[in-house]
Order: sequence, then C-alpha cells, then structure tokens
Amino acid sequence: MNIAVCVKHVPDPNLPMEMDGTRLKRAGVQGVLDPGDEFGVEAALQIKEGHGADVTLVSMGPEASSEALRRGLSMGADRAILVSDGALEGADALATARVLQRAIERTKPDLVVAAVESTDGYTGTMPAALAQFMGWPQVTFATQVEIKDRTLRAHRQTTTGYHVVECELPVMITVTAGINEPRYASFKGIMAAKKKPLERLALADLGLSAVDVRPAQEIVELSKAEEHRSGQVIVDEGEAAGRVAAFLREAKVI
Amino acid sequence: MLQETVRRFAVDRLLPGVEEWFESAEFPSEIATELGQLGLLGMHLQGYGCAGVNAVGYGLACLELEAADSGFRSFVSVQGSLAMFPISAYGSEEQKEEWLPRMASGEVIGCFGLTEPDAGSDPSRMRTNARKDGSDWVLSGTKMWITNGSIAGLAIVWAVTDQGVRGFLVPAGTPGFHTRDIKRKLSLRASVTSELHLDECRVPGEALLPGVSGLKGPLSCLNEARFGVVWGAMGAARACYESALEYAKSRTQFERPIASFQLTQQKLVDMMLEIQKGLLVALHLGRMKDASQLAVEQVSFAKLNNVREALEVARKARTILGASGITLEYPVIRHMNNLESVLTYEGTSEIHTLILGEALTGLRAFT
Ligand SMILES: Cc1cc2nc3c(=O)[nH]c(=O)nc-3n(C[C@H](O)[C@H](O)[C@H](O)COP(=O)(O)OP(=O)(O)OC[C@H]3O[C@@H](n4cnc5c(N)ncnc54)[C@H](O)[C@@H]3O)c2cc1C
Repeated sequence: MNIAVCVKHVPDPNLPMEMDGTRLKRAGVQGVLDPGDEFGVEAALQIKEGHGADVTLVSMGPEASSEALRRGLSMGADRAILVSDGALEGADALATARVLQRAIERTKPDLVVAAVESTDGYTGTMPAALAQFMGWPQVTFATQVEIKDRTLRAHRQTTTGYHVVECELPVMITVTAGINEPRYASFKGIMAAKKKPLERLALADLGLSAVDVRPAQEIVELSKAEEHRSGQVIVDEGEAAGRVAAFLREAKVI
Repeated sequence: MLQETVRRFAVDRLLPGVEEWFESAEFPSEIATELGQLGLLGMHLQGYGCAGVNAVGYGLACLELEAADSGFRSFVSVQGSLAMFPISAYGSEEQKEEWLPRMASGEVIGCFGLTEPDAGSDPSRMRTNARKDGSDWVLSGTKMWITNGSIAGLAIVWAVTDQGVRGFLVPAGTPGFHTRDIKRKLSLRASVTSELHLDECRVPGEALLPGVSGLKGPLSCLNEARFGVVWGAMGAARACYESALEYAKSRTQFERPIASFQLTQQKLVDMMLEIQKGLLVALHLGRMKDASQLAVEQVSFAKLNNVREALEVARKARTILGASGITLEYPVIRHMNNLESVLTYEGTSEIHTLILGEALTGLRAFT
C-alpha cells in the first residue's frame, strides 16, 4: 500500500506572527513542520507499522520546506517530494491542490492524508480541492482511522460526538489534531533520514505552467480579530446573586 | 534537528517532573527507556543499535539535557561515554553484541566505577584489585560516588591486576557484588549515586575488557564524557540566565522593573557574554573532535572554563531572583547546586588547572 501525506513548512506558531502586506512573513522566520501535519505523518506511520506501507511526504513550498520534510523522514516516512518553483509564490489553496495532486499521482497512492487545516493559512479548503482533483472520496475530521481489507473505517468528529464511516480505498482523509500522539524523531531516525530520497520537482516536471497556478483568490484586506471585551464585574453588596441570575435570564441560559 | 528533538523532549517529559524528582531524590526509571527510544544512549557510537551522531550533535544533546537538569545529562554521559564507550572501544565482539544494543535501548543501565574512598583525583592509588583464579577473575574492593550504581544492570569496574589497571564487566546480581546508595546529597538529587562493594566477586575470563590496560583506559572514557560536560554546563547556565531575564523584566521594585536597573543589566550582560563565549568554545571543540584533532588539554581548558562560568552565571541569576531564587519553584538554585558536583566530577577544577599549568610551564605540579 502507498500512502501520501501532505505536509507544510510553516512559521513556528510559538513565535509572534508578522505580516508582510496581506501575506504572512516567512522570509527569515524560523520554520517548522506544521504541528497539525505531525498527526497526519503519525497516522500514516501507524498504518505502515500495522499493515506495511510505503509512506511518501509531499510538500509544496520554497527550499526551506525541505527541513519539514526531513523531520517527517526522521519520524519514519520513507521518501519525500518537494515541489518548488518561483511561479508558486503566493499560490492559493486551489493552486496548491492542483500542484500536490500532480505530485501525489506519481506515488500511485491508495491513501492520501492531510491535516484538517494548516497552522498558518487556516483556509481548510486545500484537502477538499485535492480530493476533487484526484476524483476521490474524502473523509474529513478523522479522530481515529483503521484499515481492513482495503476499507477505511474512521471516526469523524462532529459537534456532539462522532460518526463511524467506512470507505473503500482509495480515499483522501483529513485528520484532526489529537488523533494520536506524534512520535519524536529519534536520533537514529534523524541519522537515517539523511540518506532517504528527497525528490525536488519544478512545475514543468509536473506538466504544469505558471498559468495553471495563477491564484484564483485575492486577499483584499486584513484586520486584527477584535479582542474579547472584558466581562462585567459585579461587586457583592448583598444583591450579587440576584444580578447574576438576572444576567443569565437575559442571556436565556436559565 | 537533533537539538530541537531533545529540547522538545525536555519540555514535554523532563521539565514537568524535575522539581519533584529533585526533591524526592530519585531518578525516574521510565525516563531511561524514553532516552533510549530517542536514541540518546551511546548516540555518538557506531553500530550495535547506536545512532552514530557526530561530536557537535552529541554536544547539543548534552546542552539541552542539562538545561533541564544536570542529572539527565549525567545519566546520558555515564551510559554513553563511561559505560558504552569502553565496551565499544576496548570490548570483544561478544561483549559488544551482548551489551551495546540493550544499553542503547535503555534496557540495561550501565555505571562506571573508578573513584574509591581513598582514590579520587589520584586514581593510580586505587585499591580495588582483581586476581586470576583459573580462567576466572576475582575482584575485591570498594568504589565510591558511582553515578547510576544501584540502578545499573552492568558495572564497568576498573581494578589493579598484575598486568596493571584493567576494566571488568560486572553484571548486577553477580555473587559478591552489591551496592549502597549515597543519601542526603544536596546536589544532583535527580540522579542516583552509590557505593559499589566487591567482596571476592568472581567473574569469568570473558568479563575482562581485552583492548586496554593501564589508566589510559578509564581516562580516555572520562575525556569523552568531559566533552559532554563542556556543552552541558552551558545548558544549565542558559536555563539560569533565561529564568533571571524573565524574572527581571516582570519583577517591579521602586516602581520599575528590576531589569531597568543598571546593576541588573550588568549582571544579565555578563551572564550572556559568558554563555556565548562558552558555547563558542564548545562548538570549536566539537568541530575539532569531529576532525579528530582534539587534544586532552583543550578539553581541560573547556571543562574548567565552562563549568566555572556556568556556576558564576547560576550565582548571578540567583541574586536577581532575590528570595525566590532559593526555592525549587525556579530552576536556578537547583542548577547551582548541581553544578557543584559538575565542578568536581570528571576531574576537579583544580586538577584541570594543573593540567593546563603543566601545558604552559612544562612543569608538573602533581605526580
Ligand atoms: C555526584 C557525583 C557523581 C560521581 N560519579 C562518579 C562515577 O560515576 N564514577 C566515578 O568513578 N566517580 C564518580 N564521581 C567521583 C568524582 O570523580 C570524584 O569526586 C573526583 O574525582 C574527586 O575526587 P574526591 O572527591 O575523592 O576528591 P579529592 O581527590 O580528595 O580532592 C579533594 C580536593 O583536593 C583537591 N586536590 C586533590 N589533589 C590535588 C592536587 N594534586 N593539587 C591541588 N588540589 C588537589 C581537589 O581538586 C579537591 O578540591 C562522582 C562524584 C560526584 C560528586
């Protein structure tokens, strides 16, 4: 079985975010393998350990993204593909999906894994577009996955609980943070990763050109989220309980 | 990436427990297995389940471990450089196959017995001896201050024989071999320190390390481990500095953050300078070690300087924290106390001074 995992190199989410116009500043910012993607890599590795599989990591991004791929390889993935091309700068989710689909196709996958959303852009639309381009079904928000005789069985997170869904391979899944506990890259893994294949491709290698990846969306404006207003402070002068109750009644809580 | 991995592990697994382990004076045994899974045990050795990282990688790992607590770095130093290294460098093929993979995984913990009650800085005065009896060896004597002693599955014991000092592999449970922990330590509390007692302890001929005789055996191991101390001390110093910097910015006195006082800034800057210099020395040594150009005196230079300065950084950091600096709530006094051991073991600061003194003058101050 072949598994492809989409991974992204993102600015370290533990550092303060800086903007560069309407885009996130990336140059000169410490990057990491998107923490959300670590769950996807771990999910693929667990399937590999249970059933045997060849795990390929696929990323689109500048050369620095190879660092994120190396981390995934150190965790235990078998190989990696990095698509880098000057024409991809500022690519939107749709263009990313188109590029990743071409790259992933080369690995003849049975299963494609991605995180629900990236920790930098948070659009959450790339995986759906990718499934569409692949012509595959998509199982979203997986909190548990299992594969038996080419059938995927997954728990899908809902607001009140979970659905149990089954789907025949091939399928695209998105996994939630917390689906598993991503392993540390061990020292042996890190040493071994240095020798694992990391293929670098440009757009032309995928039969695409700059026109195919022109952004279809434009971010026109950016503003800060409104900060939560501080709540109302009630100093108890004997009638606080009544005022709290009145507040709750007004909010139709009681 | 090696450094990042260890730092993450330290934040997730070591820092949450360290105050408790320090206070209750225990080394958490599950951590040994986890360090093994990470590949930190014998990480700089080749083959037999070891990761084979270079000297700089080994140093960075020591740095991050000791930024959590010197006890963890000590554990890894003893396991990798004092117990696994002699097997890897001087052991027979059978010894390597029998022990190294299990030690790399953390299944078997090792200890290194050189120091004795009456032989510390001068190991040539050791009394522990081994005599040949048929094909066996019979060991007698006492070792003191042995890190990991009572939790070790295998002790590397150095003893005098009629062929000079030789190394022996003594598995725990061998009749005549027992240990007793040294209690009431106020330093390196999250690390086990024990006495080893060898009372007519009989081991087979194959327990002898065939590849080395004389004091250069144990001394070469110490030289490996010291290299890790050079980096580790700067990790402890960094942790103290970071703690002091944060505290200084948030603590207000005389209606201003104490970080705004020139005296505090002087301390912070001095700390930062020594840490950066110490790290540069460590990095330079690491690169020389990777190029096989590192001389013993250079390791003495760095061990002496980096541990001494780390202790100075810890003490300065302690003053910035005021009374808070004396509690376990902050890492500073824990590191400060730990560094007192680090100053003494792996060659005391005095002995390293004399090694450098001899290098400068050509005159040896001790025999
Ligand atoms: C926590 C801890 C863990 C340890 N772990 C291990 C271990 O795993 N294995 C092991 O074998 N040992 C271990 N040691 C022992 C350590 O290596 C010795 O403590 C060290 O070598 C010093 O020996 P000593 O304590 O007997 O001091 P001494 O040698 O008695 O020295 C006392 C003082 O005299 C000074 N001194 C001695 N000779 C001279 C001289 N010629 N000129 C000037 N000053 C001199 C010393 O520098 C020191 O200041 C450990 C020690 C500690 C504290």
